[in-house]
Amino acid sequence: MDNDSLKARILEIVPEAQQEENKQYLTILVPAAKLHDLALKMKSTTDLAFDYLICLSGVDYGKQLAVVYHINSILQKHTVVIKVKTDDRINPSFDTVSDIWRTAEFHEREAYDMFGIRFNNHPDLRRIFLEEDWKGYPLRKDYVDEVNIVEF
Amino acid sequence: MKEIINLPVSKIEEEEYHINMGPQHPSTHGVLRLLVSLQGEIVKSLKPHCGYIHRGIEKMCEKDTYPQVIHLTDRMDYLSAHINNHAVCLLVEKALEIEVPERVKYIRTIMDELTRIQSHQLWWSSFGMDLGGLTCFFYGLRDREMILDIWEETTGSRFLQSYNCPGGVMQDIHPNFQKKVHAFIKTFKKKIKDYDRILSGNVIFENRSQGVGILSKEDAISYGVTGPSGRGSGWSCDIRKIEPYSMYGQVHFNEVLRYECDTYSRYMVRMQEMHESMNIIEQLIDNIPAGDHSAKMKAVIKLPAGEYFQRVESARGELDVYVVSDGNKTPYRMKFRTPSFTNLGVLDHISRGMKIADLVAIGASLDLVIPDIDR
Repeated sequence: MDNDSLKARILEIVPEAQQEENKQYLTILVPAAKLHDLALKMKSTTDLAFDYLICLSGVDYGKQLAVVYHINSILQKHTVVIKVKTDDRINPSFDTVSDIWRTAEFHEREAYDMFGIRFNNHPDLRRIFLEEDWKGYPLRKDYVDEVNIVEF
Repeated sequence: MKEIINLPVSKIEEEEYHINMGPQHPSTHGVLRLLVSLQGEIVKSLKPHCGYIHRGIEKMCEKDTYPQVIHLTDRMDYLSAHINNHAVCLLVEKALEIEVPERVKYIRTIMDELTRIQSHQLWWSSFGMDLGGLTCFFYGLRDREMILDIWEETTGSRFLQSYNCPGGVMQDIHPNFQKKVHAFIKTFKKKIKDYDRILSGNVIFENRSQGVGILSKEDAISYGVTGPSGRGSGWSCDIRKIEPYSMYGQVHFNEVLRYECDTYSRYMVRMQEMHESMNIIEQLIDNIPAGDHSAKMKAVIKLPAGEYFQRVESARGELDVYVVSDGNKTPYRMKFRTPSFTNLGVLDHISRGMKIADLVAIGASLDLVIPDIDR
């Protein structure tokens, strides 16, 4: 499916969605509340058939925290990027997609570890790389690195 | 002590207990701890604990320029160092819309395939060793040495080459390069028959690997298990075919697929991939076009503001680089989707109900590299 019809199909499911222009893949920003519903429909609808979550990344845009999903359909051979953003930096949370794509379980734990983004209904949301008692979330832009390993 | 002896055998087997496999365990090939729940010898579930060698590469990247980042990518999956470099270079070149010389594409593709062969050689060596065949380790390392020698001459380094740079490669190939690659392929085509004789057809090995660690195609896709492990479940997930880069669109090679979905199937995919890699190298090695080994690049590389994504096929599976750039000389956010990290996620699923000894075989068949998990 080409990008225009893909966009139309996603807008059918989530009318509030917005496209971000000038991107390598079709990039769509959706409201956090609609994410799980959209993800479920994207996987189960036969003409969309997004069955492979390539990559899930947390991003800190300064004011906002975001999660970026690169999703691919093996059968239909199309790729889409779904983004969700939140202004809440103290208690950011999104719905998990690990029940839809199992690979998200590890990726979401990593996003939690590095950005402090909580994923509702995640089966095992713990830090994955850092220790349980680590203070702060290192990949956030406002993280203060006291040991000063990175800054020379 | 007496009480334990008098306990009926069945009762001991009913009890569930936990065992730490690692962080220092030879079969995890690095510092990975698996907390295994067992009932008797049967694995009930396991939880991987990672992070023992987490170095914060993604955080470091945010302070480094793009040419500096390349040196860090070597240290993720050290067995696919060249392919990791390649991924970052392709991303930078795509963002800056630079066309690299044909010669560079040839060199990079040949180097990538040499990387794949030596990675599979080391995997084969340690697979055999994990299952008790120590001879494999010596055979594999002996043949891998030839590739390391080729690299040493051209790149100046045997292991972490950092040979790619944005726009091309650091220096031109050594005059002996083609001759030595030919010699390697000639030798290895003979030696790989020994590999099959010692392990592939070995009845002990077959019993230890066939029907062990079944991963269906649907699960492979859902868990994102790519590379030879995914292709062992019949999932055609080779990025070299899906989104060809460098010379992969112009060479003929087969994507190796197996449908038994077990440990043996993942083993056979890698064995055949070594033949396919040699096939690719043979098509390219005599036709490397003359020309420059690098495109003209500005001294300071700044990526235009935006988001970039590059997929490549490393020796372990799909490696993706995701960059958010704000127009500066350092990336605003750099994410590596490493194959070992995602492949580790499936270990719990496929080892449930297996014996603990099978866990060693399953782990070896996934070919995990721990720095690639932890980054």
